[in-house]
Amino acid sequence: MTETRNEDVYVLADDSREAVFIAEGITKVYHMGEVDVHALRGVDLTLYKGEFVVLLGPSGSGKSTLLNILGGLDVPTAGSVRYRDHDLTEATESELTEYRRHHVGFIFQFYNLIPSLTARENVALVTEIALDPMAPEDALKLVDLGDRMDHFPSQLSGGQQQRVAVARAVAKRPEVLLCDEPTGALDITTGVKVLEAIERVNRELGTTTAVITHNAAIAAMADRVIHIADGRIARIDHNTQKKKPTELEW
Amino acid sequence: MRAINRKLLRDLWHMKGQALAIVMIIASGVALFVTQLATLDSLTFTRDSYYAEKRFADVFANCKRAPAPALQRIRELPGVDVVQSRVIVEVMLDVPGLQEPAKGRLLSVPDGRRPALNDLFLRDGRMPDPQAQGEVVVIEMFAKANNYHLNDTITAVINGRHQRLTIVGIGLSPEYVYSIAPGEMIPDDRRYAVLWMNERELAAAYNMEGAFNDVALTLAPHASEGEVIARVDDVLRPYGGLGAYARKEQVSHWFLQNELTQLETFGVFIPLIFIGVAAFLLNVVLNRVIATQRDQIAALKAFGYSNLQVALHFSQMVAGIVLVGALVGTAVGYWLGVMMIDLYTAYYHFPVLTFRLAGWVPVAGLLITAAASFGGTLNAVRRAAALPPAEAMRPEAPPTFRATTIERLGLQRLLAQPSRMILRNLERRPMKAGLSVLGMSMAVAMLVMGTAFMDIIYYVIDMQSNVIHREHVQVSFHEPRSMRSLHELERLPGVTYAEPFRSVPARVRFGHRSRRIGINGVPADTRLDRVLNMELEPFELPKDGILLSRVLGEKLGISAGDQLTVEVLEGSRPVRQVKVAALIDDFMGIAAYMEIRALNRLMREGDVISGANLLTDGRHDRELYDALRERPLVAGVVSKDAIIGNLKRMIEENLAITIGINVLFAAIIAFGVIYNSARVSLSERARELASLRVLGLTRGEISYILLGELAILTLVSLPIGFLLGNWLIDAVMLTLNSEVMRFPRVVSGTTYALAAASVIVAATVSGLIVRERLDRLDLVEVLKSRE
Repeated sequence: MTETRNEDVYVLADDSREAVFIAEGITKVYHMGEVDVHALRGVDLTLYKGEFVVLLGPSGSGKSTLLNILGGLDVPTAGSVRYRDHDLTEATESELTEYRRHHVGFIFQFYNLIPSLTARENVALVTEIALDPMAPEDALKLVDLGDRMDHFPSQLSGGQQQRVAVARAVAKRPEVLLCDEPTGALDITTGVKVLEAIERVNRELGTTTAVITHNAAIAAMADRVIHIADGRIARIDHNTQKKKPTELEW
Repeated sequence: MRAINRKLLRDLWHMKGQALAIVMIIASGVALFVTQLATLDSLTFTRDSYYAEKRFADVFANCKRAPAPALQRIRELPGVDVVQSRVIVEVMLDVPGLQEPAKGRLLSVPDGRRPALNDLFLRDGRMPDPQAQGEVVVIEMFAKANNYHLNDTITAVINGRHQRLTIVGIGLSPEYVYSIAPGEMIPDDRRYAVLWMNERELAAAYNMEGAFNDVALTLAPHASEGEVIARVDDVLRPYGGLGAYARKEQVSHWFLQNELTQLETFGVFIPLIFIGVAAFLLNVVLNRVIATQRDQIAALKAFGYSNLQVALHFSQMVAGIVLVGALVGTAVGYWLGVMMIDLYTAYYHFPVLTFRLAGWVPVAGLLITAAASFGGTLNAVRRAAALPPAEAMRPEAPPTFRATTIERLGLQRLLAQPSRMILRNLERRPMKAGLSVLGMSMAVAMLVMGTAFMDIIYYVIDMQSNVIHREHVQVSFHEPRSMRSLHELERLPGVTYAEPFRSVPARVRFGHRSRRIGINGVPADTRLDRVLNMELEPFELPKDGILLSRVLGEKLGISAGDQLTVEVLEGSRPVRQVKVAALIDDFMGIAAYMEIRALNRLMREGDVISGANLLTDGRHDRELYDALRERPLVAGVVSKDAIIGNLKRMIEENLAITIGINVLFAAIIAFGVIYNSARVSLSERARELASLRVLGLTRGEISYILLGELAILTLVSLPIGFLLGNWLIDAVMLTLNSEVMRFPRVVSGTTYALAAASVIVAATVSGLIVRERLDRLDLVEVLKSRE
């Protein structure tokens, strides 16, 4: 297990892999009413094709902000972010929309399903605007929900809802899958099922996957674990031996 | 169907209560718009084709007796196209079952030919046979009202002789679409007839062979109406010409035109209020939908839906409501329009009058509604589109609250926590509270206006019949008579008091503007035909000078103190100057009053009168009417009870329905606004209220917090609504007031009470519906879900 504080050193150590994201010196300041909140204070980070990364940190550490910036939902106050040949910091609103539409799959802590649409329709919502999507039914089978396709979110358990969200995120065959506390609202059994689905997508489709969590146990299934505290990268761990979701305990 | 569109439909279904309320308001507005404007269009279309087909004249003129060569001179005037001369006389008719004599107007038709202008439409029968005697065509309304059929006979007093006329035809004429006796306002089909007779026979009865006393003509293309009128006047002046006038002053056309103008202004103004309220509600509801769907909007954007697609999605929600509202409104409007046209057929008579819905009417209604609705929701849609997805993902920051003014004044000890919550909530979003109050006030105002129409109309009837016109019977003579005739009338059976009047037809002129009117001369201390000032006290008639209806003064651009030119249209046709003493605020028609002796002096004639207003003891009416019938000098007798009866009948048949519809639609607005306010408050505060329940507050206590706010808003909106209602009445009156009718603003206490009660009922029902939802609040679910 290597341990380093500087990502550049790691890049030098292994530059055979293709970089998907390169973030340099990103900071983010929110103006919340009368106070300024420094969510990120100069983060440098590179993510590689096909890897499974866990961003670990306590709540308020800035990990969600980092994920939102990588996903083109937000722009940094300073610094630069590149996704392959796209400069996300200089992108216009419509370029960011295009980027999200064709390259990114999102999974949120509270699922963010459209309550008025069934599982199948929630997935179709995305496949209808994607370039080369899989059938919504196939996406749902991938997360083991082939028998719940016509259920509305209110008829599904939390774990099932989050698996619909996974199916919705992967149905467009995105290059990156960004998951914000995907098991945050779930118990261990259902959480494991969701993680299995995410892991399967990463493994079978080779999707670069970043998972945000404050649950240290989940870190064991990642290639790399990026520890974030107080808006900075505290350290990066590299797992030589990844665990399967079923082997996790929390 | 695309998933995003499914979401749209299901969201609409989910908010169906609120959507339905807005749909109903839009439908009300569009229905009124469609009804009024399609009725306007139907009437205009029917009128224009009727006028064209029956060759309705452009210019009309009467005289005492003009010889045939005068007609030839008129025909040769530049700008004149077709000319038709006639003999027209006013007669009295005996109608079975009627005590007083009915009035009739006999018009000549060319022997054996159809008139070149103002041709008849024959509903039944034929034109009079040129060889036969005593054959007439009667106007359809009179025949129907008195149950006359072909070959029935009517007795007419023609030049003092009773004569039996045989009905050979029943017809209509473009000159009598709105058919009233001279000087009256409301048709009385039982007591007023128009009859057509062969020229030879009618002329013989009145010593008019080879002469005429009426001429109608059409203008050649590009002819100047004013010049032709002046030239016709010149030709007829030596023959007792009463002044030529254009179609726009022709009685039937003038009434119809006034009605059409009213339809047009009313048909646009009132629907705009409804559509404005609907746009406001759409804005409130859409803002709320967008607030509750923050996370969904964020998700859509995260998956790559563009801002435009999000904006389009919410605009479609508005479009759906607008479209359904406009469709329902058009259907209801069509149905009401058919009803409305039916009402019109009772007063305006065309060969065929059917409702037609021109395509542009619903399209215009839809476009106006869509423009207002999209305009009203533009901001909300823009906010949804501009919502940054990362921010939408986070729950909204707690809103900033502060102590209210009342609390800062140190009165907080008087208020328990729930009451403080109500006040702080109102104070935190004064704009929202203000808009809710405005919406409810609008509903109150519409209710006040709708009901006040009844107050106003009964007030006008009461004024006309009990305060202004207090006579029982009005008698008019063919020719001006001496004062002796008045004393004769005083001695007739049952007459307790007789007051003379002098009526002089004249064209009044100020600057380049002029109008044909009748100048009314009454005694200075008149008791029966009174002129009232604004305080409804009798107006002392000045020794000199003339009083004009304010509407006439405004038309002429004249004010008190100015010199008015009076061109008298009878006798030697003198032209005089008379000072305008004052403009008077009267209710009906355009009038001019002078003291009777001042009028006689102006005419340079002795003490002559045109007729008299009578008070009777009511026990000898039959003898009185019989006696009047026997006098050849009497041209007509009018019973005031009959006039008031007609007025009331017209109102009950016609206006009551219109007013009923307005009140119903106003109630829809009231319920729609209040129900939506309550539902939006509930949705905004469900989480907060559930938390309070978890903390141990009872259902009653949380209901108080939510419904207390609604109650305060409702109570505040009542007085504002009353005020707004008064403004609204004034505004509508501005559009409704015409030369035919002017309406004062009269609002009874009952009307205010009724409006307040309706709104309070609407608020209570809305409150109960919301209360029922509050009782079913799922505490666990509400707390679990993230707002």
